[in-house]
Amino acid sequence: MTNDELLWRIAGGSGDGIDSTSKNFAKALMRSGLNIFTHRHYPSRIRGGHTYVEVRAAPHEVKSRGDGYNFLLALGDSFARNPQEDAYYGNEEVKPLTENLDELREGGVIVYDEGLLGDDDLADLNERADENDWHVYPLDLRGLAREHGREVMRNTAGVGATAALLGMDLAPIEELMEERMSGEILEQNLEILEIAKSEVESREFTHDIRMPDPGAGHDEQQVLVSGSTAIAYGSIDEGCRFISGYPMTPWTDVFTIMSQNLPEFGGIAEQVEDEIAAAALAIGASHAGAKAMSGSSGGGFALMSEPLGLAEIAETPLVLVEAMRAGPSTGMPTKPEQGDLEHVLYTSQGDSNRVVFAPGTAEEAYEQTRWAFQIAYDYHIPAIVLYDQKLGGELKNVDESVFDREPNPSLGSVLTESELEDAPHHASGKFERYRYDGEGGVSPRSIPGQENGRFLVTGNEHNPSGHISEDPDNRIAQMDRRMEKLTSIRATLDDAETSNQTVYPPEAVDEDRTYGLMTFGSQQGTVEEAVDVLSESGYSVKALGVSDLLPYPEAEVRAFLDSVDHCLVVEMNASAQLRGLTQKELGDVGSKLSSLLKYNGNPFEPEEIAAEFETHVEGGGDEPSKNTKFVPAAGD
Amino acid sequence: MSAFSAIGEDRDVDQNEFTPGIEPQATWCPGCGDFGVLKALKGAMTELGKNPDEVLLVTGIGCSGKLSSYFDSYGYHSIHGRSLPISRAAKLANPELEVVAAGGDGDGYGIGGNHFMHSARENHDMVYIVFNNEIFGLTKGQTSPTSPKGHKSKTQPHGSAKDPIRPLSMSLSAGSSYIARTAAVNPRQAKEILVEAFEHDGFAHIDFLTQCPTWNKDAKQYVPYTDVQDADEFDFNLGNRRDAGDVMYEAETRLADGEVLTGRFYQDDRPSYDQEKKRTGEMPEQPLAERYFDDDYEWERSADLMHRHR
Repeated sequence: MTNDELLWRIAGGSGDGIDSTSKNFAKALMRSGLNIFTHRHYPSRIRGGHTYVEVRAAPHEVKSRGDGYNFLLALGDSFARNPQEDAYYGNEEVKPLTENLDELREGGVIVYDEGLLGDDDLADLNERADENDWHVYPLDLRGLAREHGREVMRNTAGVGATAALLGMDLAPIEELMEERMSGEILEQNLEILEIAKSEVESREFTHDIRMPDPGAGHDEQQVLVSGSTAIAYGSIDEGCRFISGYPMTPWTDVFTIMSQNLPEFGGIAEQVEDEIAAAALAIGASHAGAKAMSGSSGGGFALMSEPLGLAEIAETPLVLVEAMRAGPSTGMPTKPEQGDLEHVLYTSQGDSNRVVFAPGTAEEAYEQTRWAFQIAYDYHIPAIVLYDQKLGGELKNVDESVFDREPNPSLGSVLTESELEDAPHHASGKFERYRYDGEGGVSPRSIPGQENGRFLVTGNEHNPSGHISEDPDNRIAQMDRRMEKLTSIRATLDDAETSNQTVYPPEAVDEDRTYGLMTFGSQQGTVEEAVDVLSESGYSVKALGVSDLLPYPEAEVRAFLDSVDHCLVVEMNASAQLRGLTQKELGDVGSKLSSLLKYNGNPFEPEEIAAEFETHVEGGGDEPSKNTKFVPAAGD
Repeated sequence: MSAFSAIGEDRDVDQNEFTPGIEPQATWCPGCGDFGVLKALKGAMTELGKNPDEVLLVTGIGCSGKLSSYFDSYGYHSIHGRSLPISRAAKLANPELEVVAAGGDGDGYGIGGNHFMHSARENHDMVYIVFNNEIFGLTKGQTSPTSPKGHKSKTQPHGSAKDPIRPLSMSLSAGSSYIARTAAVNPRQAKEILVEAFEHDGFAHIDFLTQCPTWNKDAKQYVPYTDVQDADEFDFNLGNRRDAGDVMYEAETRLADGEVLTGRFYQDDRPSYDQEKKRTGEMPEQPLAERYFDDDYEWERSADLMHRHR
């Protein structure tokens, strides 16, 4: 991390308004011309429990959570359970101040709410502050809020204090408040913001950190979006107007965004009895001629295994999204992990016949969701967008033009009634929807209600008109045709103008480097920043973020691995699933691949990857971290 | 102009239209009640003047699931217990389709019970036929959710300790707006009830007694049967939930004793799900499926939503 960036952490309890406050703060900084990346950490609770959001802001591009933080606004957990030291979960009230304090950088600033946290709670805070050169500014945030408005407005007071300490202009914050509030609530918030700021400004400052200078600012209009937003918007732009689902963290975000927007766009959103139904509804709607999606997180996706397999053999277009969280079973519901890769690749009986994308950024989430729809409807195959709690929830600024795109409502490989009239029919009268000779394995479909289009769909193996068949020759022809689709899809993706795989730095595509870092999904930006850190330390290194997981981008990964002597595969799970997949797909790269794994509920930080690289790969550096695990190369 | 010209066309239909040109030989056993459902369904569709291309028949797994193989329309032979979520979504995507779901008693009252309850609650405008033979047939004779208490089978060697499901009562409490029971041995009533069910605007559930001559030999052929509408013993108003509940209770209890009560048990006119969703503004007036064929439609874009994120 360079010193010209702010890593502002706002910490409190669930229900304390951390999310909305941080979002507005981030947006204000974006409007002031800075680049933004946020990181959310929250418990599976409605009220109380240590929650924080980090807002990283810098004039340069930021692609990851940062390394630690340099500004803490500790509100205290106003919904804490019994606040005693010896309580089962410890004293929750003070956790927003004391938990993860180790990660506060030297020279960091602490603002805490004196109104909630007294001297007794903060036994060794001043001592530690001295040791670490932290600068502590207590302020009675809730007292101030109560006096000039309502106690819940203490977050506003905290933002006012932040502005004072960072020498930040209030204008963008006030502007946002004016857009979101009105009347007395607005007046009170503006007053509290102002008063908190001037109250803190009257003090003597001992810290050096200031708001980074945005310089020239952004070249074009920026928007602040999450991965979940990008997935939902990609779906909307592909003409998806049907979603069915069942709430489950963290998939609920996509489901909510779609449910709120679809009615206005003449679409249909269905919250149903369970995830089996959710996936089955998407299949039913798609069969009847709508572009449809469903999704869930790991546990709900497990229930979708059965309909997913049906969509494979029935060749009903289907788009699913899977938002990973730490498993197995209920696991850690609000913590990110990448442990569902194999689950999504292989779940359901029989040979897998699906497409899986794992976008690495919000922009990729938008693009690859669009890909998922195009492939699902062109090739009559389930396409899955695999992401996680981290990518789904983190906010970053992107160029608004990313979303300024033509919609694509095409239903893909579908015949019109006039085409159906001349299409081949079986003597029984049925349209031959599953012919062996389809181009690229795809035999076009009809939609119920179309004259001369009727055919039978079945989850059994079937002949060209859809009737159940166990004839060996037919079985081979249908199986081969369905599997052939994966080959044609791979060719389509390989021929596309832009690859879904990202080599970093871009200029290193055709260069040999000593080391490679490889990852998939949400860790891409963090791994890229680790490459920057290592390059600065003089290492010859480059990174590959893989998004196409099925069909696997064999040629691109092979080219990358050929260009490095050794590759460290970085992923958030305990069994090295991406590395396993890569070894299986390429067959002879086992001696080149080692793993850095993390599964403690927190995503990687850039310097953490760099440090572990130095320790394990280079064989120097510090003691291995207890937060990650290194697995050396073990051959094929 | 509709992209689906098979829908809503006024025409005279020949019963043979619902029989595939080359008929796949049914795999049902001789004397199976499932033939009765197929015949009644063909009869009802003919009477209603439906075009085979405007009907979507979604079936589950089991002997009953093969109905879609022998009935000529758009067919979707899905997975065990899941005919309802697939069919009701098709109806939402294109409300002008005639949508029928069908499955057995294990399919609908066992593995798919959750879907049955919720589909009834939502009151989708569709017909749901449950082939109730009180046994698992295709897997060779295991005890099913409707098998009587004490029923012995290979998986219940000492006799089932469970009371059977009460399908009509369950349907009523779940929210079906049309509930009837008929029997394969009563083709005239079966066809009439099916016609009524299709004409009904809402979720029409038909518990269709289908004798299984192979695996449920002990069970009666569901004769003689009594039509509750014709029986002096039962004088009740179809729209009265309490009365309907009483008659259902009798029908379910007496079936175990070999007395077969059939007929209409309940009907109300509460708005169907698509009407309710249109009322709350969560369903388009024009069928969604039509929009994808409309070259003039101006598709909304995410770019229209960017003001929220600036």
